[in-house]
Amino acid sequence: MLNVALLDYGMGNLRSVSKAIETFKCRVEWVNDPNKLKIADILVLPGVGAFSLAVKNLKKLKLFDPIQNWIGQKKPFLGICLGYQLLFEKSQESEEKNLKGLEIFKGDVVKFKNKNLKIPHMGWNQIQMNKNKNLSDSIFSGIKDRSYFYFVHSYYPAPKDTALIASKTNYCVQFSSSISTDYLFASQFHPEKSGKIGLKLIQNFLNFVKGGGPC
Amino acid sequence: MGLALRIIPCLDVDKGRVVKGTKFVELKDAGDPVAVAKRYNEEGADELVFLDITASAEARAITLKVVQKTAEQVFIPLTVGGGIRTIQDIKLLLRSGADKVSINTAAVLNPKLIKEASSKFGAQCIVVAIDAKKENGKWRVYIHGGRTPTKLDALLWAQKAQKYGAGEILLTSMDRDGTQMGYDLNLLKILSKKLFIPLIASGGAGEKKDFYSAWKSGASACLAASLFHYQKCSIKDVKNFLNNKKAPVRL
Repeated sequence: MLNVALLDYGMGNLRSVSKAIETFKCRVEWVNDPNKLKIADILVLPGVGAFSLAVKNLKKLKLFDPIQNWIGQKKPFLGICLGYQLLFEKSQESEEKNLKGLEIFKGDVVKFKNKNLKIPHMGWNQIQMNKNKNLSDSIFSGIKDRSYFYFVHSYYPAPKDTALIASKTNYCVQFSSSISTDYLFASQFHPEKSGKIGLKLIQNFLNFVKGGGPC
Repeated sequence: MGLALRIIPCLDVDKGRVVKGTKFVELKDAGDPVAVAKRYNEEGADELVFLDITASAEARAITLKVVQKTAEQVFIPLTVGGGIRTIQDIKLLLRSGADKVSINTAAVLNPKLIKEASSKFGAQCIVVAIDAKKENGKWRVYIHGGRTPTKLDALLWAQKAQKYGAGEILLTSMDRDGTQMGYDLNLLKILSKKLFIPLIASGGAGEKKDFYSAWKSGASACLAASLFHYQKCSIKDVKNFLNNKKAPVRL
């Protein structure tokens, strides 16, 4: 049975994420102590709320460096919403210009600019898949291109390395709605709130990890 | 196609049961909330709203349990409203599995609550609900489940709520509530132009074309209760109709 460490840093809907993962018979532990990461197979960084507060909370709980190390060691990682944005360098949302995110990937988190848009971008929107890598192939397996997923956000990451992009979504502007590497998937949308298709994506991620990754 | 128009069944919950009234009175039983929520999820609801219409201290505990049970089985966004007065109330609901809370009376009596809640939990989970009744060519805000008139103008209040940090406005026309006569389109048209946050139309949905009209009038989402509870038409019917009319929906 997979051990999933769900990072509990005071930012958001842990219960929903937890319930969705437990559907697939995994052991989910809410973790706010870096020592508890030792037995975990997967690290999940959820999050709803403000970027700067999230960075501060992760640092206060001494989780900031362990997350960087985890990803550095190429261990399975799932980031959702704010947990996706935090992987980048900095956010326009933060008032402190020098406040850095986890800086795993190059690029900033930027705001939707069009004046005629309703902000937040809230509700169900389609994803255009970019199936060209091991993880994005398996993570979208059984899910049709242009399926709808649930979004709630006013900012989105703009990855400098476009090869990371696993899916794109249109909201007046086309943005990167998820990214993947060989061991990491992170999305702006909420799979845990995207009905059956969202659960399928989570299941695909778990199966990918069970299968030992891209060997 | 882009962002879809959201179709949201609303479940009025009284002492752990779904009920539905007309113009805020004459309540009838409409089933077990978890079962109803599951059915709507399977029919393609984009979100669910629970309104706790009793909201006494005793009913609050029941509601938290209903929210918990629902959130364990239904993986779409869930908004809960009714009787929310404090940050602690919001915290408990979010912890029980609600994704958003809808604040009505307390927001009017204490607008600072919107600000505080929005900065603490994020604007995306704070919905400000407004019950509006047309009087002399204007829309007056009512509180306490439609029982108490206020001095507020609904259009101005909605904009103020937005400024305080509301993530969405849930606008119910009291004149149309439960009548199935269609949404108050004038109200939607005027208000949606004044808001940059999403506007949810509520009160009056009676047939498929009402959803289309609401979308045309600027609504980002449509709430309906009677129509779905009594199975006059299904969510799927509504979505197919909208899709044929080229309105963006999640099928």
